[in-house]
Amino acid sequence: MMHRISMFAAMAICCCARLEAQDKATVIRGALIYTVEGAPIDNGVLIVRNGKIVSVGPASTSVPSDAVVVEAAGKVILPGLVDTHSHIGGGSGGDRSSALQPDVRILDAVNPRDESFKKALAGGITTVNVMPGSGHLMSGQTVYLKLRPAPTIEGMLFVGDPLNDIAGGMKMANGTNPIGEKPFPGTRAKSAALARALFVKAIDYKAKIEAAKGNPDKMPKRELDMEAMLQVLDGRRIVHHHTHRSDDIITVLRLQKEFGFRLVLQHVTEAYLVAKEIADAKIPCSIIVIDSPGGKQEAIHLNYENGAVLEKAGVLTGFHTDDGITDSRLFLRSAAFGVRGGMTRDGALRAVTINNAKMLDLDGRVGSLKAGKDADFLILSGDPFSVYTHVEQTWIEGKKVWDRSLPDDYKYAVGGYEVYPMEAQLDACAGGVQ
Amino acid sequence: MKHLGRVGSRESFDSFACGEFAQDKYGLRRKRRAGAAAQIAYIATISICCSINVRGQVAVVGETVYTMSGAAIKNGVVLVTDGKIERVGPADRVTIPSGYKVLKGKVVTPGLVDAHTVVGLSGILNIPADQMQLEKSDPFQPELRAIDAYNPREDLIAFVRSLGITTMHTGHAPGALASGTTIIVKPIGGTVSEALVDSGMVAFSLGSSVASIYKNPGTSAKAVAALRAEFLKGQEYLKKKSAKDPEKRPARDLKLEMVSRILSREVKVLFTAQRATDIMSALRLQKEFGFSMVLDGAAEAYLVIDEIKKSGVPVIVHPTMIRSGGDTKNVSMETAAKLRQAGILFALQSGMEGYVPKTRIVLYEAAVAAANGLSFDDALASITINAARIIGMDKRVGSLESGKDGDVVVYDGDPFEYTSHVCAVVINGRVVSEECN
Repeated sequence: MMHRISMFAAMAICCCARLEAQDKATVIRGALIYTVEGAPIDNGVLIVRNGKIVSVGPASTSVPSDAVVVEAAGKVILPGLVDTHSHIGGGSGGDRSSALQPDVRILDAVNPRDESFKKALAGGITTVNVMPGSGHLMSGQTVYLKLRPAPTIEGMLFVGDPLNDIAGGMKMANGTNPIGEKPFPGTRAKSAALARALFVKAIDYKAKIEAAKGNPDKMPKRELDMEAMLQVLDGRRIVHHHTHRSDDIITVLRLQKEFGFRLVLQHVTEAYLVAKEIADAKIPCSIIVIDSPGGKQEAIHLNYENGAVLEKAGVLTGFHTDDGITDSRLFLRSAAFGVRGGMTRDGALRAVTINNAKMLDLDGRVGSLKAGKDADFLILSGDPFSVYTHVEQTWIEGKKVWDRSLPDDYKYAVGGYEVYPMEAQLDACAGGVQ
Repeated sequence: MKHLGRVGSRESFDSFACGEFAQDKYGLRRKRRAGAAAQIAYIATISICCSINVRGQVAVVGETVYTMSGAAIKNGVVLVTDGKIERVGPADRVTIPSGYKVLKGKVVTPGLVDAHTVVGLSGILNIPADQMQLEKSDPFQPELRAIDAYNPREDLIAFVRSLGITTMHTGHAPGALASGTTIIVKPIGGTVSEALVDSGMVAFSLGSSVASIYKNPGTSAKAVAALRAEFLKGQEYLKKKSAKDPEKRPARDLKLEMVSRILSREVKVLFTAQRATDIMSALRLQKEFGFSMVLDGAAEAYLVIDEIKKSGVPVIVHPTMIRSGGDTKNVSMETAAKLRQAGILFALQSGMEGYVPKTRIVLYEAAVAAANGLSFDDALASITINAARIIGMDKRVGSLESGKDGDVVVYDGDPFEYTSHVCAVVINGRVVSEECN
């Protein structure tokens, strides 16, 4: 008991110290700053305080006299990267008991101490949509995490109360991944039918609630899966839909049109074949860059120009890691490959920052460097699209959370002996994702 | 990367005939996008290109030419004729004869050499029908020949070729004690004979995959015991074969024939071992039986780097971006740099991928190694001349020198930069790809 008390005391002191330090502004100056809100600022000044951005501007920006100054001449500053689709954190979502499991929350399974979060920080990722795998038509609720070091998952959420607030999206999938033995669908048409049936059921549930007009006696029995589906129907919970082939993409758009849910298409390997249809439906695309086509039938028509075609078509386009399919440490590489495939530099930068924040409904908090937003940013050694560039520092809410110059942090950038002891087996990767 | 037109790539590149080449260029995506006028112009370009290519005379001009046999040449020219490199030198000293097809770019390198892949045995679809890289009936089958399984029309071959790979050491995958004999090919041709450059090595492996795929051996120690027993049988076979009395010589045994060829150092062992324990077991076996060996994978090489150095074996190190997990859970992006530092001859590889992506690209792997402690020159050497040395092909490929194969790659910038493109690929003096991929 004594021990506990002293620990609380220590924590209290520590918290006070933290508050005090946070009261002082931190100024990072001298770097080329990509705010993603406008033109890059050469020799810029970024001022942060209490975890938020106070201002970002040219060298002439006035700086508080008591500010802690970080000199960053010759460096490049980017907003913290936002990954719209990842499987870090060691969690798994739905089990094999049914093809649609909207009641399952990945936040109940993520380990906040998992080393894969360090991997993401080493790659400059500060916000991530952690998803259950794609082995179901609906594999459960995703969770949007801020990668601030925290002992519990609650400490990493964007929301304060995960019971009443919407802490993430809803993961769906079509194509070959969810197809399997009963109770999983055997064909694509059956996949769509099962998904439609769930939405129809949710509409019915919603009607019952509305008919009750607040009378608790007339309310339908609580059903966890239906409660989550109501959030989807109401547009409060965004559907993140795994899909690759152009016909599967069109099927998702058809379902979206029928039920009106908010949607982000995920992977979208053949989006370039139906870019007009996607643009007309005004649906964002979160795409993936992999090094070669194939590995599964739906990925054989991989095209590095996918991002460029979507950008040109006016589709809100982003990249994701799908970690373990691609490596969080090399997330900027995906954006660079977007440029290789014809995207604009600006478009490619937006595709790992603000566009992705929009896809998670988090653009009020993250995704660009703007006064009032969370002070999440990266200090890079050089051009964001160069292979030779490294993430030198990752800052979240005004605090440096990863520093390449420290050996204990550096190891997470390159790997090595027992750096990632919890790494999932390759087989596990192959089971659910992509 | 351009769209991988399934129809095109299946039917083309049999012999680089003009019509077939054009057909490959008219993949699905191009058809959809290109206007009629552009198509006609395109056909015109192709036919000109082909009429010149028949004579196989190509001049490659680069602002920087990395020959890999000396310092890089500023404003260099590589002349290729009859499939071979004729001359390499600065533009002010090498005149381009008339009639040569001229390719120009910022950077020119030798054709890239993938020191270890499974492309051609492992196909793009990842279904049983196109996965021929590992036979699971028996853990020790050195008699399986990649030449009997390589599919030169596999789509992944056209893909890697478009990214500058001009020589591949390919064959059976790790996972068995001995999975088969590899081959060295160029990513061209409609038959394996057209693609074939030379026979390769016998692929051996140790590690947890052996026990997970095969019932027996079930442990690492048992795996080593099984290999030692096979070598003893091979020694016995060799002895009997040299009997003076032909009657006393043993009947031909394909398996033991391969083992005896290994023991008499006619063929090398490509020994995949990722964990330090398995690397040490491989080195111990090599010492006991004296075979010629190339260490492969070597994820934990940095733990036993002195021992590797002492053994004198070269290393074909795992792809820099390989996923960590299982035997490779301790991989480091700096292993290539550490091998270089220790003075160990090494090459990079694309390796074996079981899912997405179906193959890695050595150009990309070298790039990330170059960003993690390896110099530009050493990284390029690891996918050109040093790779060629380790697979025994350095007399033919791996550098731009007169008399060597006319394998050349042209880029529009630093080959390792993510935003650069591979703009032309020449194999045996023929332009096999001419668009910025």
